[in-house]
Amino acid sequence: MRRGGSARAAETRSGWLFVSPVIIVLGLFLVAPIVIAFWVSVSDWNGRGSPLSSGVSFVGAENYRQLLTEDSLTRSDFATSLRNNFYYVLLVVPIQTVLALALALLLNQRRLKGLSFFRTAYYFPSVTSSVAIASVFLFLFAGGGSVNALLGIFGIDGPQWFADPRGVLHIALGWVGIGNGADGPGPVALTSHDFLGLSWWDWLAGPSVAMLTIIALVIWVSAGGYMLLFLAGLQNVSSDVYEAAAIDGATRWRTLRSITLPLLRPTLFTVLTLGLIGTWQVFDQVYIMSKGNPGKTTLTPAFLSYDQSINNGQWGSGTAMSFVLFGIIVVFTAIQSLVLRDRDPGSRGRFGRRRAVQPVTPPNSMQPMGPTT
Amino acid sequence: MSQATLTRKQTAYDPEAPAAAPPPNATRTAVLKALGYSALTVFALLYLFPFVIQIGTSFKTDPDATANPLNPIPSNFTTAAYQQLFQQDFGLWFTNSLVVALLVTAGRVFFDSLAGYALARLRFRGRGAVTLAVVATMAVPGVVLLIPKFLIIKQLGMYDTYSGMVLPLIADAAGVFIMKNFFESVPVSLEEAAKLDGAGVFRTFWSVVLPVAKPALITITIIAFQSSWNELPHFLVSRASPETNTLTTGVAGLLTGALGAGNRYPLKLAAAVLMTIPVALMFFVFQKRIISGSLEGAVKE
Repeated sequence: MRRGGSARAAETRSGWLFVSPVIIVLGLFLVAPIVIAFWVSVSDWNGRGSPLSSGVSFVGAENYRQLLTEDSLTRSDFATSLRNNFYYVLLVVPIQTVLALALALLLNQRRLKGLSFFRTAYYFPSVTSSVAIASVFLFLFAGGGSVNALLGIFGIDGPQWFADPRGVLHIALGWVGIGNGADGPGPVALTSHDFLGLSWWDWLAGPSVAMLTIIALVIWVSAGGYMLLFLAGLQNVSSDVYEAAAIDGATRWRTLRSITLPLLRPTLFTVLTLGLIGTWQVFDQVYIMSKGNPGKTTLTPAFLSYDQSINNGQWGSGTAMSFVLFGIIVVFTAIQSLVLRDRDPGSRGRFGRRRAVQPVTPPNSMQPMGPTT
Repeated sequence: MSQATLTRKQTAYDPEAPAAAPPPNATRTAVLKALGYSALTVFALLYLFPFVIQIGTSFKTDPDATANPLNPIPSNFTTAAYQQLFQQDFGLWFTNSLVVALLVTAGRVFFDSLAGYALARLRFRGRGAVTLAVVATMAVPGVVLLIPKFLIIKQLGMYDTYSGMVLPLIADAAGVFIMKNFFESVPVSLEEAAKLDGAGVFRTFWSVVLPVAKPALITITIIAFQSSWNELPHFLVSRASPETNTLTTGVAGLLTGALGAGNRYPLKLAAAVLMTIPVALMFFVFQKRIISGSLEGAVKE
């Protein structure tokens, strides 16, 4: 008994010893920063000295109140960044999900050979650096770049992508006679009302032409990673199911709709969740390619909060922005999970529990292509 | 879905598996096959052509790059862009990136497997709480941490130093879980034998458990190297001086015009090519090792 007890004590000691480096690193660089940042967001720290020194005082929700209710450049910039990011999410998440699913279905055709080459090609952008990819896209979409050269072959005069702040919804509305195109003023009914300091008309701008390049880049890069998740999901579908369907005389389309897609629901859930979380945080591409320009139409909350804090020294509102963004991510993920789960309550218990225990690894970290275990 | 589940699932993936049902008629199958390959090829072009343009343009002169943006073949082949890069600080950036990525990788492989082993195997009070806490940290969106990390790194006096660049990345929750999942799939018998021989916990871990964990170690080596090599935001908030520039921050500066006047596309694309090579090499080399490693494992069992 005594021996067993001391062995257990030794195991406890080594257990804590083994996990302590990870706990210290995560605690120091993940948990503590959040606590300090939250403190900064409710304090009047101005960036001088330490935010923990005695001269800094608690101001409650003042920074949040100013950010969300007080008429200021900061507030309208923040509203602009939310608008930009919203349209970005609205386009990127569905398109990258459909593209990833299409690529996975193409690669899952049992009759075709040499598929690993294609799989590698589609996945490769996911492992390369955002800076390197941005550099390529800056060339492709430059005024005299490859994309415009390609459009020129078809007689289309491509826009100056990175310098074009026109919202695509404004352009489209101009075609049907609403507003005066993207450059003119909008209808009075929409310009005379505002929300968060941004007029209704401006909220309806849609993504700018410049933002479209970032959207294209992100879809192109991230579809490969999500494709791997779908492929893994597809391999989980037992071939017995397909055999049974074939015996019943189901067409390919019918098999896809009634068997494959329903069975992919858990994967779809993961892909949409990761997509939402990821797209609301877009930072790298904005930092590298546009810094929020032109006309603030590629500004995103993540970039704005960085810029506001580090370059402008507005720490209180900068950190408040990042917590509002955190809240938005939580709300959107919750809404999405409610919508997806309600349609199929049967899967709730099983997959809900599995997801709670199984941590999710974003696919932008490299995943090995072959079997490992 | 965790990394380990994903890769385990992929074991079952076999594109060359025989068709589930015999083809109804041969012409139809041939047409479908042709359609399948054309769709795959169209996407492959979409995915590979930008890289072809990237490499081709990096060997062009500036006027050639702007004049023929769609043609990847240089009219006057030149390595001038690459030479210019090394006249600037590119070598320094490369070295910094390499040092940081190697340190981060070594740290993650060691600390993540230590913690993963403890959470999978050792019975100790508080294990459940630690597991939950590590899961919880993975739920925090990284971008929310940007400014906070800057604050804490300053507070700790590590701003603009290698330690500020390396230490915050030296352990990660995802890696811990990959290792934990792997250790849970390994039979306990090996460790029990070692324990009976009187080996201590660390001895058992180091000389009995780790050697068996090679496939999982390779996985987290790849992820750790790739993610720290490609990391941008962390190096934007943990350092400032030109001497501590990594490839990502340095090249990002080059792209936004801090260093490069005018378009200078060949220069920028050459930088992109060079910074992609190490990760690409690792990607292709390890792919084979991963597969052979798994075959070894299967034979032993």
